[in-house]
Amino acid sequence: MEFIRPDININFIGRRKMAYLVSAALIFLTILLLLFRGGPNYGVDFAGGIVIQVRFNHPITPHEIREALRSDVLEDSLIQEFGEKAEFEYLIRVNKTDIDLSGLSDEVKKLLDSVFGEKNVEVRRVEMVGPKVGKDLRTKALFAIFYALLFMVIYISGRFEYKWTMSIVMAASLAFGVYIISALGMSIIWLIAVALLITIGLCWFLRLEYALGALIALFHDVIITIGAFALTNREVTLPVVAALLTIVGYSLNDTIVVFDRIRENYKRYRSRNFAEVINQSINETLSRTLLTSATTLIVVVSLFILGGGVIHDFAFALLVGILVGTYSSIYVASPTLLIWRGELWKGGAGATKRRGKGH
Amino acid sequence: MSKNLQWRGFIILFLIAVSLVYLTPSISKTLPPWWPNILPEEKIHLGLDLKGGMHLVLEVQAQKAVESHLERMVEDIKYSLRKAKIRYQELKRSGPDSIGLTLIRGEDRKAAEEMVTKVFSDLAIESGSFGKSDLEFELVLSQKAQQHIKKMAVDQAVETITNRIDQFGVAEPDIRPQGRDRILVQLPGIKDPKRAIDIIGKTALLEFKLVDEDNSLEEALRGNIPPGDEILYQITGEPGSQKKIPFLLKRRAVITGEYLTDARVQIDSQYNEPYVSLSFDSRGARLFEQITGANIKKRLAIVLDDVVNSAPVIQDRIAGGRAQITGRFTMDEARDLAIVLRAGALPAPVKIIEERTVGPSLGKDSIEKGLKSMIIGGLVVILFMAFYYRFAGILADLALLLNIMFIAAGLAFFGATLTLPGIAGIILIIGMAIDANVLIFERIREELRLGKTPRAAVDGGYSKALVTILDANITTLIAALVLFQFGTGPVKGFAVTLSLGIVASLFTALFITRVIFDYLIIERGMKKISI
Repeated sequence: MEFIRPDININFIGRRKMAYLVSAALIFLTILLLLFRGGPNYGVDFAGGIVIQVRFNHPITPHEIREALRSDVLEDSLIQEFGEKAEFEYLIRVNKTDIDLSGLSDEVKKLLDSVFGEKNVEVRRVEMVGPKVGKDLRTKALFAIFYALLFMVIYISGRFEYKWTMSIVMAASLAFGVYIISALGMSIIWLIAVALLITIGLCWFLRLEYALGALIALFHDVIITIGAFALTNREVTLPVVAALLTIVGYSLNDTIVVFDRIRENYKRYRSRNFAEVINQSINETLSRTLLTSATTLIVVVSLFILGGGVIHDFAFALLVGILVGTYSSIYVASPTLLIWRGELWKGGAGATKRRGKGH
Repeated sequence: MSKNLQWRGFIILFLIAVSLVYLTPSISKTLPPWWPNILPEEKIHLGLDLKGGMHLVLEVQAQKAVESHLERMVEDIKYSLRKAKIRYQELKRSGPDSIGLTLIRGEDRKAAEEMVTKVFSDLAIESGSFGKSDLEFELVLSQKAQQHIKKMAVDQAVETITNRIDQFGVAEPDIRPQGRDRILVQLPGIKDPKRAIDIIGKTALLEFKLVDEDNSLEEALRGNIPPGDEILYQITGEPGSQKKIPFLLKRRAVITGEYLTDARVQIDSQYNEPYVSLSFDSRGARLFEQITGANIKKRLAIVLDDVVNSAPVIQDRIAGGRAQITGRFTMDEARDLAIVLRAGALPAPVKIIEERTVGPSLGKDSIEKGLKSMIIGGLVVILFMAFYYRFAGILADLALLLNIMFIAAGLAFFGATLTLPGIAGIILIIGMAIDANVLIFERIREELRLGKTPRAAVDGGYSKALVTILDANITTLIAALVLFQFGTGPVKGFAVTLSLGIVASLFTALFITRVIFDYLIIERGMKKISI
């Protein structure tokens, strides 16, 4: 059986401007949303505070819960429905970190017990993170992101171009830049930002065209996923960071498959122009790209729908990331290769001439 | 059959057999009696988020241990000064790491300095900020000694908490120091988190202090606390209508919980209420006898964590070293108090800075829902592959099932912990592992379209897809390894299953399906590939 016929020839490159527009709009929206909200919505892992998951054995409104929790410290706690509707589960979230948090879950339980009766309420989960631990976890997560990016950049800059000396240059410059930043005592966010700038700058000057394309696709995917989180008002927690890093891996994986084919075809069809080669390669790998996304999406959707509330946001991140990752490996990563030939914006697939420059 | 193919088949069967052996303890309810003697009997560990339980991170306020060490030093210095016949006007802890000493006679200065350097080598003499005249010293505890005290405090706290939890009765607790001043406590399957927190977090510093009956309590409450005294409160009454009764006490404890040998719950025969009876060791008993003998008709307060429990009047000299703590305890409260007193006081107070509790019912739900989404998602993928690639798809499905088995066996083999994100990792791998097969099958189809023989098509398909498959998996593996390094608990579980899954999928896709293809084509002479 085949969904995609082997002789398929969709003009992806020809429609790249449309794709640029869509991607740029999504990224722009994400940035606007984040600016508007004052950054991502950090969960209890990073912001500190307390989350209590309670289950009732009868229907109840958040308002009733709020009424029951009328005490000084719990006054402005946040109450959200959680998981499946038929299970009457709620999350009670207290964002304060300046109070003693350790007795708070007990206080909540006592208040709920006294109002609704001990048999009707069950405290299923308590997550309390003190401000210090929250800060530690934030640093840890940022370091994880930093090192994942570092290793991947080194890997792809060497691997895509088969120029391992380049990747050593890359690693050395990154290490040097990072050393300077940490010596200046700047925060880890700056560390990541500077590392990214160095990476992109190096890719540009060293003409690591494939590596740059993969990087752009990767940022594209992660930023849009974060935007989807902000849009749906979901919280960024530790597992979500894990999901984001997994998306990074997946996005690269997809891009690598297409790029490998482009390089292979580039050598084979010497006479064709580059845009055409790219388009053909995307078409040739299209069946694989869609199939792999399909099987991965099947399981992730299953996890999203059936996996329960605790894993819901994690599954959501993967869902968005895989969808965006599939789109970007077709429409974003490959067309960026045209930057080097000054053809990023020029005409359709047929309008470009192959240059004599060797590869 | 060719030697090469035989060998490859043997490797596969061997790995499958080993995996089954490692999985048996987790799957079967009872193992044959001979099993544990020669074969592994460890089940797959479940994380707290699946098993239910409590994860706590405590911060030891180690600075407090330094301060109480200095308080004890003050007593020792007093003794040494008296022995050396050096008279002083004031001697007390003057800061978080220092003791202030003011002498009366200038000529004692040299002798005092000599005494301090000889006997208390951890103290450095500074007359800087404190010394307005040359009679005043500041004795500062060295950084090294402070670090040592802090480290000891954490080690001792770990030991004490372990002791308490052992007596409380929790199966497989995990208690260990983390970083410089933190303690990680994991208690699987705990039913009553509040009680566990009380038992772990209570300092349980038991002190017997004499009530100062020579000075006026009213005067002290107005702010004129006599030197060497302090005001502590007794709390009585039901919660909600509690009363605080002040006591003026001598600051110095005459006896502390250090001398306890035992603490037990007993029932008062008159009121039928539980109380905790204390027994002291011989040194404590002697002290107790001495103090009670010398202070008949005075009141002796029993102080627990700076709260007065009771302050009975000493009727007579008490020999034998016994005392009791009464109060309106429930049986559980009395039992818990006895546990913490028996296990001893914490060297410094601890603060809970992270708590994650998962109730047993939620853990069970999570396992159920995780497995449900895995089975349904997996089934859809398996059907899809069989439908799309026919016979080759069934091969990929077989590889997928083996893959899941290898992940589970890997968890058992490495003694790794399965968490909820870990289950999600396996689910994700089900989708991603197919990728390697898809890459190969698509290549084989291409080769076949070019008119190659089945054998050449399979050869070409595998060799052309190899590099891409390796690359694609390495990037995900990098992400997984970084997560393993920086992740905590549940996220680590995700990293583990993801890494195991990637390695297993490389093996199943590149090795196992290849062997089957080769067998069918070379040995059975298969002419047409159903793909």
